Amino acid sequence: MKWGFAAADPKQPKYLLCNADEGEPGTCKDRQIMEGDPHELIEGMVIAGYAFGAEYGYIYLRAEYPKVVSILETAIAEAEARGYLGANILSSDFSFTLRVHRGAGAYICGEETALIESLEGKRGQSRIKPPFPVNVGVFGLPTVVNNVETLANVPHIMLKGGAWFAGVGSEKCPGTRIISLSGHVHKPGYYELPMGITFREVIYEHGGGIRGGRKLKAFIPGGASAACLVPEHLEVKMDYDAVAAAGSMLGSSALMVMDDTTCMVKVAARLMRFFVHESCGKCTPCREGTEWLFRLLQRIEAGEGKLSDIDLLRELCDHISGKTFCPLGEGALGPVRGTLIHFEDEYRAHIEQKCCPLKERNVRQ
Amino acid sequence: MKEILKMAPAGFAEETLKKIDEIMARYPTRRAAALPVLYLAQREFGCVDDRALGAASRVLGISKVEVYGLATYYSMFETKPFGRNVIHLCDNLACSLLGAESLQHHLERKLEIRMGETTQDGRFTLKNAECLGACAQAPVMLVNDDVYEGLTEARIDEILAKYE
Repeated sequence: MKWGFAAADPKQPKYLLCNADEGEPGTCKDRQIMEGDPHELIEGMVIAGYAFGAEYGYIYLRAEYPKVVSILETAIAEAEARGYLGANILSSDFSFTLRVHRGAGAYICGEETALIESLEGKRGQSRIKPPFPVNVGVFGLPTVVNNVETLANVPHIMLKGGAWFAGVGSEKCPGTRIISLSGHVHKPGYYELPMGITFREVIYEHGGGIRGGRKLKAFIPGGASAACLVPEHLEVKMDYDAVAAAGSMLGSSALMVMDDTTCMVKVAARLMRFFVHESCGKCTPCREGTEWLFRLLQRIEAGEGKLSDIDLLRELCDHISGKTFCPLGEGALGPVRGTLIHFEDEYRAHIEQKCCPLKERNVRQ
Repeated sequence: MKEILKMAPAGFAEETLKKIDEIMARYPTRRAAALPVLYLAQREFGCVDDRALGAASRVLGISKVEVYGLATYYSMFETKPFGRNVIHLCDNLACSLLGAESLQHHLERKLEIRMGETTQDGRFTLKNAECLGACAQAPVMLVNDDVYEGLTEARIDEILAKYE
C-alpha cells in the first residue's frame, strides 16, 4: 500500500528506507537475516525500488550491530560489481543506489518518522502525521519505510508468486514470521514458522519446553511493548488478530518465556526502565508518565508500595494512553497493563508482605 | 572536497576530512552525515568534547549547540573521556531472566568499578545496554565491536583477558 502511494506522488527522487533499527527488546530476527543472507535484503530493496520508482535507498541499521555494517557494505559492493545495484541495473534504465546508515543507539528511531529525522542528521523524534512519509518523507521527498523481514520476503514472493505466499500461514495473516524465542526455554533461538502456529507448539515443540523442570508462568508474545500472556493462552494462534483478541499484540514476534521463579512486578519495572530511557522527551505524557510508572513499580517491588498504588498505576496508564505523539508511550503501557490483568495478586502480595513474595527470584533489574 | 577543507582550518586531521568528504557524498545534505561524523569525531578526539563539537559543527554547517544536542541524545556518544575498551552489558529482560544482574556484580567486583565508571588504568569502561539483539543467546555483552553470547562468570574472565 505504501508503495502505491509513493509511486503516485509526482515528486522526484523517491527514497526507500529499510528499517533495520531492530530495537524492540527480545527481537533479534533482522540481525539473523542481515548476517545470514544480506543479498536477500538487497534484492528485495532493488525490486521494491523498481516497483515504486525509488532511486535511492538507505538501510538504517541500529548502532548495536557494528559487525553488520561491514557485512552489508561488502554485500552491496558485490551486488554493484555484478551490475545488480547502482547505475543502469542489468543494462536497464533503472538505477538504484543503496547505502548503509548506522544509527547511534535510540530505540525510538525504529518509528518511521523518527528514523527519517535521524537520517536527516537530527535528534530522532517523531513527526506528526499527516503528511505521511510516502508524500513528505526524508529530505522532504516521497519515502517508503519497510522492515528488514518485509523486504527480505519480496524476492521469494516475486519468484514463487503471491498465491504461494498466501498459501502459507493463516488466511488473514499469510506467510511466515521469524520468531525470536528467548528466556527460560530449553532451546532459545530463531524459528521461521507459518503464521497461525500456536504458542504451545513454539514453546514446547520447537523451544523444548521450560528449563530445569520448572512451570511456565507467563510469556510476552511480541517484544517489550506487548502485554504478557499466561498458560491459559497457550492454544492462541500466533497471528495479529488472535493475539490481539487475547489482549496483547504479536508485534515483532519476539517471544520471551518466563518460568514460575519470575517476579512479574520486577519484569514490569525492568521493562519500564527501558521505556524511561528510550522516551525521546518530545511529549509530556510519555516523558513524565513513563518515569512515574517506573518509580511506582520500583516502590512496589521494593516492598514500599501502598494498596492505592495499584489504582494509581491504572490511572497513569489511562492518562498516557491515546495522548502521546507516537506509539512509544502506548507501548510502554503493555508491561504494566498485562501484569496488572494477570498478576494483580502478586502486586498485592508485594504491598501486603512489604517484600517480594517469591523465594527464588531470577529476574534482575 | 576543497571547499570543506577550507571551511575546517582546525579540528579534524587531513585523513579524517577525506573520509568525511566520502561520507558526505552519500547524502543530499551535509547535515545528514551528522551521525557518521560524530562517530569519527569521537574516535579522533577520544570523546565528543568541546574540540570535537567544534570540528563537527564546522564540517556539518550547524551550530555547536545543535551538535551537542545530537551527542547527548544518542547513547553511543560520550561527552566525557572513557576507557580504551567499552563493555556494554545487556540487562534488558531476556538477559535479566538468565542472570545479567549477577554478571554485572561480577564485572563490578572484578574491575573494581560501578556501572557507568572507568577503571583507574583507563582499560575498561562499564556500561549497561538496552538490548543488543541477541536475546536467543542471552546473556550477552558487547566489548567495543565484538558481541559475546551465552556469558558466564568464567567466560567473562577469559574475554576480558583479550583486551589491553
